[in-house]
Amino acid sequence: MRRNLRALISALLLTTALTTASYAGEIWVSNEKDNTISVIDDTSFKVTRTLEVGERPRGITFSNDHSVVYLCASDSDTVQVIDPDTGKILYDLPSGEDPEQFILHPDNKHLYIANEDDAITTVVDVESRKVIAQIDVGIEPEGMAASPDGKYVITTSETTNMAHWIDTKTQEIIANTLVDQRPRHAEFTQDGSELWVSAEIGGTISVFNVEDQTEKAKINFEIKGIHPDRIQPVGFEMTKDGKYVFVALGPANHIAVVNRATYEVEKYLLVGRRVWHMAFNGDESLLFTTNGISGDVTVIDVAKLEPIKTIKVGRFPWGAAWRPTN
Amino acid sequence: MIEMFVALYGIIYREGLRFIYQRGRFFSALVRPLVWLIVFAAGFRGALGFSIEPPYETYITYEVYIIPGLCGMVQLFNGMQSSLSLVYDREMGSMRLLLTSPMPRWWLLFSKLCGGTIISIIQVYAFLAVAAIFGIHFSAFGYIAILPALMVSGLMLGALGLVLSSTIKQLENFAGVMNFVIFPMFFMSTALYPLWKMAEASPILRYICAYNPFSQAIELIRFALYGEFNGIAFLWVVGAMIIFMAGALWGYNPSKSAGAKR
Repeated sequence: MRRNLRALISALLLTTALTTASYAGEIWVSNEKDNTISVIDDTSFKVTRTLEVGERPRGITFSNDHSVVYLCASDSDTVQVIDPDTGKILYDLPSGEDPEQFILHPDNKHLYIANEDDAITTVVDVESRKVIAQIDVGIEPEGMAASPDGKYVITTSETTNMAHWIDTKTQEIIANTLVDQRPRHAEFTQDGSELWVSAEIGGTISVFNVEDQTEKAKINFEIKGIHPDRIQPVGFEMTKDGKYVFVALGPANHIAVVNRATYEVEKYLLVGRRVWHMAFNGDESLLFTTNGISGDVTVIDVAKLEPIKTIKVGRFPWGAAWRPTN
Repeated sequence: MIEMFVALYGIIYREGLRFIYQRGRFFSALVRPLVWLIVFAAGFRGALGFSIEPPYETYITYEVYIIPGLCGMVQLFNGMQSSLSLVYDREMGSMRLLLTSPMPRWWLLFSKLCGGTIISIIQVYAFLAVAAIFGIHFSAFGYIAILPALMVSGLMLGALGLVLSSTIKQLENFAGVMNFVIFPMFFMSTALYPLWKMAEASPILRYICAYNPFSQAIELIRFALYGEFNGIAFLWVVGAMIIFMAGALWGYNPSKSAGAKR
């Protein structure tokens, strides 16, 4: 009996240790003005490394297996590929001019890059390191999203105020949908049934039915004591459980917590100045927001919906991405 | 020894009864900080700018910042009201009755102080409960951790009230206490603005605020609300409490009064 109990406790401890271990990781933050990346330990909330990278780093993402980091070095006109363990830049990928945001296709092979100055979306094969297509889109493309099944990639164009639906088989636009002024960011829901697009000047998020590309909902934001002009939705992230969408409201210095089922804002959370983008940790218990003007990252407890810590990073932090460290 | 605790119980019980029967006092003790929280703080949402100072780990709204200051305000007013009641007791003659007790004078004054502090703590928790209804809440540990901080700050502010009551001979003079003690203590403290904000306005004002024992009491409460102990603030408050208590004992010394009469 005692032996069984001991075995059970050991198994439980091992499971707990493994679970904890698999969630320990780092948040990589691109600092637009410093040309650096700040690496934050997601347990101690300390900046453990600061890496020199190309000029004006913005969009940042990991490969599916977290073995490399892709980084848009906008003013260097390239996408840099970094070894996350050593922090060394391995090589540059051709990206077209002024790459701002990108999305890695679920196949882990194709990178779709928004070239803000050229009004095109560049498709790069990350294995052959070659441009395989350039797609004409609206003026000032920015937000990029890929559907979970990999069928569609979305580019939003800031000045044309559209979401362009790109068929990834033909690399051609199959539909254009109007959104509110200056669309900044796009995301598909995990089941691939909805596309969400934020509009910075419009102050809204539009929700589209993926099946027929029709608008099914529009989300507005209102914060007591803050002028509506300052409420500018930019980056946002969805929880995997389908419960919440966290929306960065730019100069309103708040994150809106939107109920994904009802499209209602449940809460506004105070963070630093000019919040841009964000990234979850491994188990989505914490959310890290990049606060551009205040030069810091605010950590939000997702279960309690409360900001718990703010960490100083470089100047004008922009993008964020998470990787496990074990 | 038992008699001393009987006296302590009697005095605290009397303070409790007085508090229960003076419902207006409880109501005003609750409304005063709430008016500051709901009306005043609403207009100063952006007053703190963007600077994260301990014990805060992230950005906070002004409403969250002033909560410890308003807890201190409840205790400050309670301490002064307690001293006012002593002046009243002196005028009504019940003070003489109390002081004819065979108990040591310091014990009687300490008992009075304990009674006032307990009442002030009840008022603070009632205020925090209403603040929680308005969405400003703290961790469960924070609510427990402020109890010892409130005890020390309550005793210090109550002792200040005792010193003042020993110098005030008539109820009418209490207006002077409001003007020259409560208002300067409250406004020249960290209740409404942090020290760095005061330093922006005037370095002298910053030093006055920093050395104001009321500021230290507020900081003790502020840190405790976040489960942290501010040792410097604690020493300041205890030091001030000892000085005020010594002053109260001197003020209520019958030989001093007798000397004064001669």
